[in-house]
Amino acid sequence: MPSPDSAAPKRTPLFDLHRELGAKMVEFGGWEMPVQYSGILEEHKAVRERVGVFDVSHMGEFEIAGSGATAYLQRLTPNDVGKLAEGHAHYSAFLTERGTFVDDLLVYRRGADDYMLVVNAGNTPKDFAWASSRVEGGVSVANKTDEVALLSVQGPRAGDLLNRAAAEPVTDLKYYSFRMARVFGEPALVSRTGYTGEDGFEIYLQPAAAPKVMRRLLEEGRGLGILPCGLGARDTLRLEAKMALYGNDIDETVTPWEADLGWVVKMQKGDFVGRDALARQKEAGVPRKLVGFEMIDRGIARHGYPAQTAHGAGIITSGTHSPTLGKPIGLALLPTAASAVGAEFEVDIRGRLAAARVVPTPFYKRPKEAPA
Amino acid sequence: VNPENLRYTRSHEWIRIEGGTGTIGITEHAQKELGEIVYLELPEVGRVYGAEDEFGTVESVKAVSELFVPVSGEVIEVNQRAVAEPGIVNDDPFGDGWLIKVKVSSDGDAEKLLSAEQYTAYLKEEEKHA
Repeated sequence: MPSPDSAAPKRTPLFDLHRELGAKMVEFGGWEMPVQYSGILEEHKAVRERVGVFDVSHMGEFEIAGSGATAYLQRLTPNDVGKLAEGHAHYSAFLTERGTFVDDLLVYRRGADDYMLVVNAGNTPKDFAWASSRVEGGVSVANKTDEVALLSVQGPRAGDLLNRAAAEPVTDLKYYSFRMARVFGEPALVSRTGYTGEDGFEIYLQPAAAPKVMRRLLEEGRGLGILPCGLGARDTLRLEAKMALYGNDIDETVTPWEADLGWVVKMQKGDFVGRDALARQKEAGVPRKLVGFEMIDRGIARHGYPAQTAHGAGIITSGTHSPTLGKPIGLALLPTAASAVGAEFEVDIRGRLAAARVVPTPFYKRPKEAPA
Repeated sequence: VNPENLRYTRSHEWIRIEGGTGTIGITEHAQKELGEIVYLELPEVGRVYGAEDEFGTVESVKAVSELFVPVSGEVIEVNQRAVAEPGIVNDDPFGDGWLIKVKVSSDGDAEKLLSAEQYTAYLKEEEKHA
């Protein structure tokens, strides 16, 4: 995705290390990021079977604080911040008045009135303007993106690596909870979160500490079979887990009902931006749904390819070769009447019509217990 | 790294012409740029192409790239092993990873193609502008 202006892409504090590790760099969301090191398939496999480390310092971080912070976030986001305990995080969004996605994001509750929001890189300026323009009394909103580096350690062996890396215990953390810990001596916020469908941890830390910590993770993880992983593997991993990618699967034209993300919306909690439109859409009927599909005919259906169903047109929002399944998979927005599991439709692959079928998702679900 | 006995295109295909038959593939540079190849779309035997026509696509996890025939001709063989195991195009782009064979219809076409030396120089030039 090109950056909104023609300014040179930003670099994370790990740029030099990526070069040293032989990464292929691409521009993404206004940042110069590693797309792959050894290869997408190999990196994908490392995360599914062992452990991988990603630099995701391009993500945006906002601090929301002050006596009105909780009320402010209740109004600005559709998930129920009132039910979010300190030390826990949840998935949420900014919605337009039309109930569509300004962005999807994570909300971390650090204290009674102290929050961190983690937003998509390409949306950071837009989100910051959105949040700032809606500030109420007793709330401060600060963009801390340039003061925070973020490493994501993902895979069944991620816990083993964090046990070696962190001075405090972190493997007792429940999914979507976090605590402050020292990682190789560096102060960090460690959360049990990720975007891969595997067990994993995200480590928020000072930019100056990031190169040392990533180096040490790679050293300590060598015996576990760790690989540095790029955005290419991050995309195939998240797609197999059916996690939405902003700009592909969701954007300012798509509502949470349509995106199969209705669980994020807590209609009973009180008013929030977008609520009225979502109530109206639920009443009127949701016209289209985001579904997973597999190909019946040969070919890879990719983002933006048109779909034709018995009930009208749809669109492919994401599509790739699934490294775990060894076949093409994807997500599509299809008319609701054509979105049931088993329904067949056609994809226009560069002028050739290829048959596809709606399948249950996620495409990949990790085993309950990590293999010993 | 680019074999002397092949001719090259600026779109990174190669051709080896022997006794009227041209064997076509993509170059080492092309496979490296694409990354791990997971899907090939190749024509049926019998298709006739003019020089520089698109004859198929090669896809890696991230990207789709069109394939162009270096010379005009009729497809007489398709590498089915490459279709079944596209990874061999990464492993051996100038050998087992060949894509199609054509019966070359005009000798003149090949004259316009690059020699190994010219193609190597072209890659250097491209790199400078990247």
